[in-house]
Amino acid sequence: MEAFIKDIGFIIGTTLMYSTPLMFTSLGAVITERSGVVNIGLEGMMFFGAFVGATVAYFTQNPWLGFLCAALGGALLALIHAIACVSFAAEQIVSGIAMNFLGSGAALFLSRLFFDGATQTLTIPNKIPLPLAFLFGDGKLFKSSGFMDLVFNRFATVYLAFILVAVVWFVLYKTKLGMRVQAVGEHPEAADTLGISVYRIRYGAVMMSGFFAGMGGAAMSIAVVSRFSNTLISGHGFIALAAMIFGKWKPQGAMLACLLFGGAKGFEIFLGAKGFPVPSSLLAMLPYVLTIVVLVGIVGKTTPPAAIGKIFDKGGK
Amino acid sequence: MKVDKEALKTKFLKGSWGILLISNLLGFLLGAVILLLAGFNPLEAYWVILKGIFSRPKYVSYVIIYATPLIITGLSVAFALRTGLFNIGAEGQYIVGAIMAAAAGYFFHLPLILHVPLAIGLAMIAGAIWGGLAGYIKARFGVHEVISTIMLNWIALYLSNFVITLKAFAAQGTGKTFPIQATARINILSDWKISEAGIEFIRSHKMLGDVLKSPINVGFIFAILLAILVWYVLNKTTLGYELRAVGFNPHAAEAGGINVKKSMVISMLFSGGLAGAAGAFQVLGVSHRIAKLATMEGYGFDGIAVSLIGNNTGAGSVFAGLLFGGLKYGGSKIQDVMQAPTEVINIMIGTIILFVAMPKLIRLILTLLERRTKS
Repeated sequence: MEAFIKDIGFIIGTTLMYSTPLMFTSLGAVITERSGVVNIGLEGMMFFGAFVGATVAYFTQNPWLGFLCAALGGALLALIHAIACVSFAAEQIVSGIAMNFLGSGAALFLSRLFFDGATQTLTIPNKIPLPLAFLFGDGKLFKSSGFMDLVFNRFATVYLAFILVAVVWFVLYKTKLGMRVQAVGEHPEAADTLGISVYRIRYGAVMMSGFFAGMGGAAMSIAVVSRFSNTLISGHGFIALAAMIFGKWKPQGAMLACLLFGGAKGFEIFLGAKGFPVPSSLLAMLPYVLTIVVLVGIVGKTTPPAAIGKIFDKGGK
Repeated sequence: MKVDKEALKTKFLKGSWGILLISNLLGFLLGAVILLLAGFNPLEAYWVILKGIFSRPKYVSYVIIYATPLIITGLSVAFALRTGLFNIGAEGQYIVGAIMAAAAGYFFHLPLILHVPLAIGLAMIAGAIWGGLAGYIKARFGVHEVISTIMLNWIALYLSNFVITLKAFAAQGTGKTFPIQATARINILSDWKISEAGIEFIRSHKMLGDVLKSPINVGFIFAILLAILVWYVLNKTTLGYELRAVGFNPHAAEAGGINVKKSMVISMLFSGGLAGAAGAFQVLGVSHRIAKLATMEGYGFDGIAVSLIGNNTGAGSVFAGLLFGGLKYGGSKIQDVMQAPTEVINIMIGTIILFVAMPKLIRLILTLLERRTKS
């Protein structure tokens, strides 16, 4: 019985670890899409963020500084996307594709310069800390490697991701700014008539999505693992994007969808560790199949922001 | 007469091919600036890349081998895009095509004349189903193809990793399937190359011998044929006209009596079939088997770039595929020769696509330049 509870704890713990990098990025996707701009460049921004985070954390030995710089790096890339999409009426998906080439290209280019021609960084000296570590261990509140330890003794980024879900929810639904973002995404012309600067809101939202994707990448490179490598971010940004749509463009929905994807990963790792004869690739496939099934099932109940992907031109030309 | 020339010039520059040309120039320029900032001589780097593509017949042959799958996935993306659909899923359609080709190549025992077409045909059907599925759920349920194809890419990847664990298909623990039968291979002269006469020939003929050192195959010829097919279907048939009409304006097409939903499914079937063919040629001509995929190989994603840089046309995809293949192959040499990061190529490709996405910006720059030269 105790072993069973521990197994459950292990699965929940790994789920949390693997779903939170997705959660950051998925929240970013919610923000940008709610303002009416598609950003499929989140993959590249996450990739770049993962590199910047690990590099800064390696050279400064400060993981938090790395985390912040990763977010700024993501935002910088997003600024290019914003300039293209908001100011120059770019095809948003095409620009997003460009971001993916630029993000991964820039990260690997710089990696080779800083790390002697390697496409990965060296191991960082300090990972993101475990803020609740003081509660676990001999003579502490909970014993080590028990259920509570496995579930709650997690990196600070895990807690931060959940806090940010609440923050994004609050800002989006309960503040004037959030209402403006939604108005711009639903009906930019009307928002414009009411004196809201559509351009400014969209610039902000797109850059914020890059900021979040950068955090997501760093949550991977300096918390889940302790270095950046060229295969670390492989499709996570795309999964986060799908999670956002699965979650019906809502921060809380995106969170649940990310937990589903992370949960499948956690389960896969668990079964692998236990040596179960279930083919892990079939299991890994499951959340993607489920996503399609759910998307097909919830049709009509899900509506993207009305002005998604549409170019807004103040002059109305 | 002179005025007309000027008008033609601006018309070309501000048209889609002119914008492509300028985007390419800007991409190469930015690549040079980045190399310069990183402390490398950009002229030397570009010279190394050029030499890496053209200085030996073998290199050229490798560029063509590299370019073949990219041209075909480029055609796949271009075909869907002309109907207004964004096929991010060429990657997954490529993977299922490769699985099918590897299976048909290994399990069937047939004469070459039947084996090769069968393997290619089955791979195209697999890819078409994979693409058509995305088209169907878009038409029937309104699920955006970008999202469904992202999911289908991953499902394909895990499916591929699953089939290589099957005992009948792969030696356990090797992470790769058994090689396909000799009758399913599309390589040229592969038996003869390892015969005594062949070895002697390669030694004595400098040019041809060098080419023969690369795994040359007929995939490139098929790629050209497929490009012509895409051009023909899109431009010379009623079906192509309807598909393009949907791409221009679905509402107008619907009003004009075109079944938009059916067009979406057909377009994705066709697009998926092309990507499946790309997977087949790669297996039948180069890898001869499939192996465990740790991550996406990127043929489909690169195909998006090829399509966009090729102006979403058949001929454009061939040129863009060769450009992309050349940059990838030649670009890898700057790493060895001058320790300059080869990923500058990705930055250049990204920049080109970014400018392609912004025709408005390029037209603006051109107009400003015009004004300056006039005053």
